[in-house]
Amino acid sequence: MLKDQDRIFQNLYNDNGSDVSSSQERGDWVNTKEITDKGRDWIINEIKESQLRGRGGAGFPTGLKWSFAPKEVGSRPHYLVINGDESEPGTCKDRDILRFEPHKLIEGCLIASYAVQAHVCYIYIRGEYFVDGQKLQAAINEAYEKKLLGKNAAGTGWDLDIYIHYGAGAYICGEETALIESLEGKKGQPRLKPPFPALIGLYGCPTIINNVETIAVVPTILRRGAKWFASLGREKNTGTKIFCISGNVNNPCNVEEEMSIPLKELIEVHAGGVIGGWENLQAVIPGGSSMPLIPKERCETLKMDFDACVEEKSGLGTAGIVVINKDQDIIKCMARIARFYKHESCGQCTPCREGSGWMWRMLERMAKGDATKDEVDMLGDVTNQIAGHTICAFGEGSSWPVQGLLRHFKKEIEKRNNLDPIVQKKNNIPYLVDQHLLDKKNA
Amino acid sequence: MSLRRPAKDQPESFEFNTSSLEAANVIVAKYPKGKQQSAVMALLYIAQKQNNNWIPLAAMKYIAKFLDMPYIKVYEVATFYTMYNLAPVGKYFVQVCTTTPCMIRGANKLVEACKEKISENECELSNDKSCSWMEVECLGACVTAPMMQINDDYYEDLDKQKTLDILDKILNGETSKPGSYRGRVNNEPENNRKTLMDLKNA
Repeated sequence: MLKDQDRIFQNLYNDNGSDVSSSQERGDWVNTKEITDKGRDWIINEIKESQLRGRGGAGFPTGLKWSFAPKEVGSRPHYLVINGDESEPGTCKDRDILRFEPHKLIEGCLIASYAVQAHVCYIYIRGEYFVDGQKLQAAINEAYEKKLLGKNAAGTGWDLDIYIHYGAGAYICGEETALIESLEGKKGQPRLKPPFPALIGLYGCPTIINNVETIAVVPTILRRGAKWFASLGREKNTGTKIFCISGNVNNPCNVEEEMSIPLKELIEVHAGGVIGGWENLQAVIPGGSSMPLIPKERCETLKMDFDACVEEKSGLGTAGIVVINKDQDIIKCMARIARFYKHESCGQCTPCREGSGWMWRMLERMAKGDATKDEVDMLGDVTNQIAGHTICAFGEGSSWPVQGLLRHFKKEIEKRNNLDPIVQKKNNIPYLVDQHLLDKKNA
Repeated sequence: MSLRRPAKDQPESFEFNTSSLEAANVIVAKYPKGKQQSAVMALLYIAQKQNNNWIPLAAMKYIAKFLDMPYIKVYEVATFYTMYNLAPVGKYFVQVCTTTPCMIRGANKLVEACKEKISENECELSNDKSCSWMEVECLGACVTAPMMQINDDYYEDLDKQKTLDILDKILNGETSKPGSYRGRVNNEPENNRKTLMDLKNA
C-alpha cells in the first residue's frame, strides 16, 4: 500500500476542510512563486520527466501536450481549459477534487496557465455538479480575495482569471473538441482533428485542455520533484491515481493509490471485497464503462495501469472500477451500458448515431433470449463497423464494451439465444422481417 | 441521441426579471468581447430557473436577441443538451440514475418508488402538478449508488424505503436533506478506511 506521505490528495476525505488556510497547511500555495521563477521550460521538462499521463481517460503524456502550445504568443491569446465534465459511468473522482481539494486545482491552473502562457482559464464542469461547482466558485472567490488569482496572481507576476462554465448533461462534451464547441455556445459535436486544439482550439486560438485530476497533481509534482513521482508505479505508468471502486463490493469508495497496484488488492483491501466473496466475482470493468470488461480469471493478476490494461485488450481509462458479481446478469449490464451510449451519441456520425441504437436493441433481446443464433455474429459485425468510422473516439467507446462482452461471454449469449429461425418457427417474434418467407411451406 | 420536443402549450412572451438580468450580465462578462454566444448555456439555465424549471420557446427567442445570435442556434443548444427542460416538470424534478453502476446496486427500486409516489410514467406531472421524475444517465456519484437528483441536490446511498420517505416529504411541500442517506460525508470506504488515518484521528 502507498505510504500516506506519498498521497497527493491529503484531503480526499475532507478531514481538514477545503478553505485556503487549511490548504496552505497541507502545502498548497506555499511557494508558488519559486516554482514559476524556474521558468516555463523547466516546468514543462519536469512534467515530461515525471511521465505524468492525462487522467481523463486517453492517457496522453501531459508534458508533451503542453509543449505543443506555441512558444510565442501571436495575435491570438492562449487559453487553458479544464475538463471537469466527468460523465463516464463508474467515475466520480473529479467531484471529490472539486469539493474537497479545490485549491490544488486552482494552483495547478495557475502553474499550467503560466507554462502555456494563458491569461484566461475556463473550468468546464458538468451541469449536474452544480452544488460542487458552487464550492469551487467559493474557493475561486477566496483565492481572488487573497490575491492568489487576478493581477499578479500569488506574486508570480502572471495575470490569470478563472471562470467556471457549466455543461448541461451531455456526456460527449467530455471529448475535448466537443467541449470547445460547447464552450463556444454551440451543440457539443466533436470537431475533426487535425487541427489539434493546441494550435486551433477555443475561438480559433491555441488551447490546452487537461482533466481536473491531471492539473490538480501538477503543483505537488513540481514541489516534490519529477524523480519522486516517477519512482511510484512503473516505467511510463508513474505516480498515483484516484481509483473509484463501485458496484458489487462491500465498501464502494474512492481511494488514491500507486499506479500498477494489483486490482485484487484494491478490491480486497480498500473496497472490503466482492459481495459474496472473491469466488462470486463475475467480471470487472477496469476504467469506466467504455472500457471492455475483464473476466474473473484475468482479474487475479491484473495490475491497474495504462499498459497492463491494454495488454488485456481493455484500458485504464478514468480508473472507474465497476465490479460485477455473479448475482448480476452480465448481458443486461452491458445492454444498459449500450443504452447509455445510444442516449449520449451526439448524432453527428451515422455509424455511431444508428449503430449505438442497434447494439442496444440487439443486446436487450439477447438478455431476454429472444435473439437468433446468427445475430451474435451480426452484433460483432456492427461493433466493428462503428469503431474507427467516427469523428471522435466515442464510436470506439460505445463498441468496446460490447466487443468485450462478445470476447469473454460469447458462450453465455449463445446458450441463452440458441434460436434457429429456419428450424424453429417462432411466429410471435415480429422483428424477423423475413417471417413471411419462413411461413411458406418450402422454407 | 435522445428525442426532445418542446411543450405544446407555450406562453406568449418571456423576459428576464431584474435579478436574472443582473446574473446574465455577469455571465456575459466572463467571455471575450464578441464571443457572447458562449453565455447561451448559462442564460438558458437562468431562464429555466426563472420560469419554474422549464424553458419556453419565447425564452429562447429572448435569449437569441439578448446575445445577438440566430434563434435557431439557441434552439439547437436547448434541444441538444438534456438538462434543459422543454416542458413543465413541476417544482421538484426528480432524476433517478439507472446506468449500470447504479443499476447493479438496485436503482430499479428507486424507479418503482417514483412510479408509486409520483406518476406511472416518466416525464409526467404528479396529480398536484408539483413533481415529475425521469430516468437519467450516469450522474457521477457511482460510489454512493444508487442515487437520485432532485433539482440541484444529490440524494445518495438510497434504497426503496428511503426514497419513498424523501418523495413523501417533497410531495407534502417539505424539504428533505440532501446528501448520503447512510450518513457518509465523503467517499471513504465505510468502516473500512485504511488510508490517511493520522488525519482522521487528528
